[in-house]
Amino acid sequence: MNAALLETRGLCKSFGAIEVAREIDFRLERGARHALIGPNGAGKTTFVNLLSGLLRPSRGRVLLDGEDLTSLAQAKRVKRGIARTFQINQLFHGLTVLENVCIAVAERLGAGGSMLRPAGRRRDVLAEAVGLLETLRLEDDAGRRVHELPYGRQRLVEIAIALGLRPRVLLLDEPAAGIPSAESHIILAAIATLPRDIAVLIIEHDMDLVFRFAQRITVLVSGAIYAEGSPAEIAANRDVRAVYLGSAADA
Amino acid sequence: MSRSEPALALPAARTLAARHRVKWWEALPWLAGIAAFFFLPSYLAFGTQVLITILFALSLDLVLGYAGIVTLGHAAFFGAGAYTVGLLAAHFGWKEPLSGLVAAAAVAGAIGFASGYVLLRTRGLALLMLTLCTMAILQESANVAASYTGGFDGMPDLTFAPLLGIIPFDVLYFRSQYLYALVVLFVCFVVVRMLVYAPFGQSLTGIRENVLRMHAVGAPVHARLVIAYTVSAAIAGVAGALFTQANAFVNLATLGLDRAAGVLIVLILGGYGRLYGAFVGAIAYMVLERALANAYPTAWQLGVGLTLMAVALFARNGIFGLADALRRRLAAPGSK
Repeated sequence: MNAALLETRGLCKSFGAIEVAREIDFRLERGARHALIGPNGAGKTTFVNLLSGLLRPSRGRVLLDGEDLTSLAQAKRVKRGIARTFQINQLFHGLTVLENVCIAVAERLGAGGSMLRPAGRRRDVLAEAVGLLETLRLEDDAGRRVHELPYGRQRLVEIAIALGLRPRVLLLDEPAAGIPSAESHIILAAIATLPRDIAVLIIEHDMDLVFRFAQRITVLVSGAIYAEGSPAEIAANRDVRAVYLGSAADA
Repeated sequence: MSRSEPALALPAARTLAARHRVKWWEALPWLAGIAAFFFLPSYLAFGTQVLITILFALSLDLVLGYAGIVTLGHAAFFGAGAYTVGLLAAHFGWKEPLSGLVAAAAVAGAIGFASGYVLLRTRGLALLMLTLCTMAILQESANVAASYTGGFDGMPDLTFAPLLGIIPFDVLYFRSQYLYALVVLFVCFVVVRMLVYAPFGQSLTGIRENVLRMHAVGAPVHARLVIAYTVSAAIAGVAGALFTQANAFVNLATLGLDRAAGVLIVLILGGYGRLYGAFVGAIAYMVLERALANAYPTAWQLGVGLTLMAVALFARNGIFGLADALRRRLAAPGSK
């Protein structure tokens, strides 16, 4: 078996006496379309935070392409190729959509600290940011401030920023959360057009989206991996139906 | 710039690509500064104080307005610069003004770097307290080292050498001092303007707007903040040095909370995060203060206080913010 692109070994995290991640051994293959599901409070976002470096694990390791990232801060992991979106938008709300994406692209190109030339002269940054907005059909909103946009459009800006980092691994934390169902197809379309070489891990409660998107599904319950397999295997798993799909159906 | 360039296909991209360009109205403050030299000769000493305050407020704008670093201790760097030229002139015979400014910038910048490296790991109230503490430590050090600094009395009757060895320079020469301050302000302004329109300045704005996201795009947030803080401290140090040179004295008030709070008020009054807020705020605040002090010698501070309360209540983003709101209202006559 080839080495996975992103891998965790025995990953644990506790806040005081509460264990939110228990011995998680997880593999994300190259170009994967992988979904992480589980009931509320299962530790899905915590797991993404551990992968992205927002949180440090209590024990265990995070490896990208065999390199141990466990001790690296978030910003350094971004440079290695791990990008994420947040469950609740984390955008530069007072800036325009284009500026939001430009900041991400400039950082990736190592231009973010440059002091002498005006940002407007970095046409490479501008061109790439404009290209991303066009891919995500955001070009008409390019000059608007993010806080003026409807929430669904803001979710797309989250994705645009993450793509501006040209990640090898993209972690999407509930990309369709908070969006009216009439608009969620826009997010779906955006996810469907993600470059094939990016490995994507998506947390999502919308089972339609999960089963349409994922080639592999991991079920997390109480901070531990409960089941893992292809969508068909997970759908047929009676235990999973009991703890998750069943409870979701009841709710 | 041509529209055929693919990067500039969108209007928003053209706006962004042209934002750093100098607009015609940016000449106005400098023309006004030169006009004041010719038409208000009896106010030049006051004008020099205004220019110094503008420079100090501009340095604060870089950290507060752009990077979102809330500080109550910015006078630490103003005072460090002020004492640097004072000590050099009084004890080391280093009296040349221009090189004194460079020394002041270096000392204030070094203090900014050292303190910023530690305290910029914190945010919010902790940061506010630590900036205040930095200033208090410096002020008390200046107080205790009385044999060098004159302690509470400060250092009066400082003398400075002719500027560049040619232009006479002391309190009696306010004309040359005014022009000197104007040129120094201009040079520092050009530096700050360059920084805020560079990708560096954009990244500071990003940190102000959302520090969590800035980490998540891979930016070295702490390093950026420390650099901004250091540059800002150096410029504040230049302002302090100008103060000592123009007044021929330095005392503990240059390191005091009154001065730190005053510059904060000036910047908020003018509007922060927009470069020219420092200009408008300093002029408005100091002219108001002077007019009220002349009209009501005993109760003028009450008038300043009431005016500031009105600004805080009705013009949250300062005078520039008020102007923006007016312009928006005029542009959209149908809406209220």
